[in-house]
Amino acid sequence: MITLNINGESHTLDLNREMPLLWAIRDRLNLTGTKFGCGYGMCGACTVHINGEAARSCSIMVGEAAGKKITTIEGVSGNVAEAVTTAWQRLDVVQCGYCQSGQIMSAITLLTGNKTPTDADIDAGMEGNICRCGTYVRIRRAIHEAAKSLA
Amino acid sequence: MLNQRPGIQDRVRTQARKSFPKTAFSLLGLATAIALASSLTGTAWSQTEAANSADSLAAWAKIATVLQHPRCLNCHQLNSPLQGDERRPHIPQVVRGPDNHGVSAMRCGNCHNDMGNNDTSGTPGGLHWQLAPVSMLWQGLSVGDLCRTVKDPAHNGNRTGAMLIEHMENEPLVLYGWNPGKGREPIPIPHDQVVELTKVWVAGGMPCPQ
Repeated sequence: MITLNINGESHTLDLNREMPLLWAIRDRLNLTGTKFGCGYGMCGACTVHINGEAARSCSIMVGEAAGKKITTIEGVSGNVAEAVTTAWQRLDVVQCGYCQSGQIMSAITLLTGNKTPTDADIDAGMEGNICRCGTYVRIRRAIHEAAKSLA
Repeated sequence: MLNQRPGIQDRVRTQARKSFPKTAFSLLGLATAIALASSLTGTAWSQTEAANSADSLAAWAKIATVLQHPRCLNCHQLNSPLQGDERRPHIPQVVRGPDNHGVSAMRCGNCHNDMGNNDTSGTPGGLHWQLAPVSMLWQGLSVGDLCRTVKDPAHNGNRTGAMLIEHMENEPLVLYGWNPGKGREPIPIPHDQVVELTKVWVAGGMPCPQ
């Protein structure tokens, strides 16, 4: 049995330790805000937080995540999360939206560790989140705006 | 190989003891024997030293092929790791960051599991996955320069020869090279042989080719 702490709740599940965390989140716990994109850590659609770090839940195994604090897009909160989602809405960042929960989770991690990111910081930190609609310019602006609102 | 000096010395002494009977002349004989033994062991020592040096250099040549294999060299890079047996730049692009573990939302551990390889996603893993420190850049070095770098405490994490052996024997990220997961070639020389080769190289004084 594996115990996962997700969004402040403890879930004890009968899982193989090597199962990707994303399978547990989406298929066992029905938290479908976290998306399946590529399945091998190349696109970032499945990004969640594990102990505050922006983890790719398709690549992190449940045995690795057990006992740690996991946060999905459904449970993320706090002033940084609020600043990011507000900026996202104000600038209408989203187009199709499929990648955006992953983008937002990475942006929150980025801004939590760096209150005044440069364009280069944003590019390096958001590199692993791909958007096939090409909303990168709006994502970058929204992160700068969120940073300003947090200053 | 490593303990030949005392081995040969003992053998010569034993032969010397056996060759001389206990007679009134034994004292003179013994003196001669000691002189002979000293002369023989002197010769044997220099031959052994030469053999050790040649063995150590040969051992280093094999160790170098291991260190230059993609499983080792891909992460001994300046700012971004390489990926795969084809040694292409890591996708997605990742950068070293202040602690060798990446930056903000692009940290090594975001994908690479401490508990090992993920067979479902194909992501390799191992304890404290990271780029090698910037003092340990190996890309583009000749076999000789790689050798001088590896034995230089300023470029090997301040390790002695004994610590290098220990590192090759037990470091989780070194051991990963023999268990890289599907789609990646393991180090072709068995791990225990590489440890033995390292011991030979260290015992021979860590000689480096020009």
